[in-house]
Amino acid sequence: MDKQYYTPKDLKNFSNITEWNKELGDKFFDYYNSVFKEGHLSAREKSLIALAVSHVVHCPYCIDAYTKDSLQRGIEKEEMMEAVHVGAAIKSGAVLVHGVQMMNRHDQLSM
Amino acid sequence: MAKSLQARKSELSDQEMQLKILSGGAFETGELPTFKAQLSKHKIQTLRPKTFSILQLNIGYMCNQVCSHCHVDAGPDRKEMMTRKTMEECLNVMKEFTIETVDLTGGAPEMHPDFEWFVEQIRLTGVSEIIVRSNLTIILANKKYHQLPGFFAKHSVHVISSLPFYKKNKTDSQRGKGVFDTSITAIKMLNKVGYGQANSNLKLDLVYNPSGAFLPSDQVALERDFKKALKTDFDIDFNQLFTITNLPISRFLDYLIASENYEEYMQSLVDAFNPTAAEDVMCTNTLSVSWEGKIFDCDFNQMLGLKSAVKNPHISQLNQNELMQRELQLSQHCYGCTAGAGSSCQGSIA
Ligand code: SF4
Ligand code: SF4
Repeated sequence: MDKQYYTPKDLKNFSNITEWNKELGDKFFDYYNSVFKEGHLSAREKSLIALAVSHVVHCPYCIDAYTKDSLQRGIEKEEMMEAVHVGAAIKSGAVLVHGVQMMNRHDQLSM
Repeated sequence: MAKSLQARKSELSDQEMQLKILSGGAFETGELPTFKAQLSKHKIQTLRPKTFSILQLNIGYMCNQVCSHCHVDAGPDRKEMMTRKTMEECLNVMKEFTIETVDLTGGAPEMHPDFEWFVEQIRLTGVSEIIVRSNLTIILANKKYHQLPGFFAKHSVHVISSLPFYKKNKTDSQRGKGVFDTSITAIKMLNKVGYGQANSNLKLDLVYNPSGAFLPSDQVALERDFKKALKTDFDIDFNQLFTITNLPISRFLDYLIASENYEEYMQSLVDAFNPTAAEDVMCTNTLSVSWEGKIFDCDFNQMLGLKSAVKNPHISQLNQNELMQRELQLSQHCYGCTAGAGSSCQGSIA
């Protein structure tokens, strides 16, 4: 069986989601495109943030898309990997900070 | 050093083969629209010339480099060169027609033995701008070329040079080992004689083209990054940065196929089709002449052997009326000119 949950070709059909709900789909894409425009942050900086977040949310479509977008914007591979580490650090920090909750709970229940 | 496709006897050195690939696959099955179908979809019947203001002369395919993306398939092993007779025919056209810009390209045009004579003669015709597409490294390739910056300055040549990135790794991976360092030295030599300086009329523009199977992004943002990095790291200056899309022909096509990126790349080009850029593609104001004097709608068509649709497609037989009426020869490689903000020898279009 070669059917997979994730198919790279699905990414190019992303805009098809508007077919089943045009109003919300259009609103989403409008919003999405506005977010990535040059603003107080440059489009380059936003691309790196998106790349890091793509890893954190484990989205293979986003990783494909924002690796390519980073290349197009002249972002170097060292910068890309640093961004991924920022995402990983926050993610692992978020796991580890719960260790304090564990410690508190442990102490509360223990004699 | 790598060899040209021709020297490697690659089947892609055959123009027919390239055209076949460009018309086959997803374009044959209808999965992707052909370039002409895409134009019709956007209510553009066909593309026609608007002016004839730029004459781009490819004076020979010899080059000191063998860049992996080269659409000319140039290299030291290519011997094709324009004869003086053909150069004289080109000079006649410059005198007879109102041409604003003569754009000299190759290969490395400076390697042509008559290069300096030709530039001097072009100046005498009164055209307002002479562009030389210099690969920079030629200036240091041999002692006899060290005086080129001075020669360019003396004849107010507008120098346009490729520098794929402001860092060594990407530049060298596309253009060959050591190219980045040599290019930086060459730019310093050009800066020294006044090129790219705020108080000077001598223009040095750089060309960025992606080092891989992806499209260039915003020209303004990249120019900002290039200027900042080159100034900080090397204290060098230039005027403008032109972003150019790699067209899927010749050695870049070979790379796309070998790296299994061809289909995705063509899809990206089609997805990025911009009808506004299509209205102003380079062939609407430029004519390309080969080393043999044959005329083409652009340098890319020259490499594909798609001659201009006129009765006698030769520089000695130009007829202004017929030229302006001709239908441009289009195929799927044209998607490279219309992607995103568009791409031409002068950078973005739209
Ligand atoms: S891209 Fe330019 S410098 Fe490189 S091989 Fe081709 S003609 Fe020569
Ligand atoms: S590839 Fe040549 S003919 Fe095709 S659109 Fe570009 S300039 Fe015109």
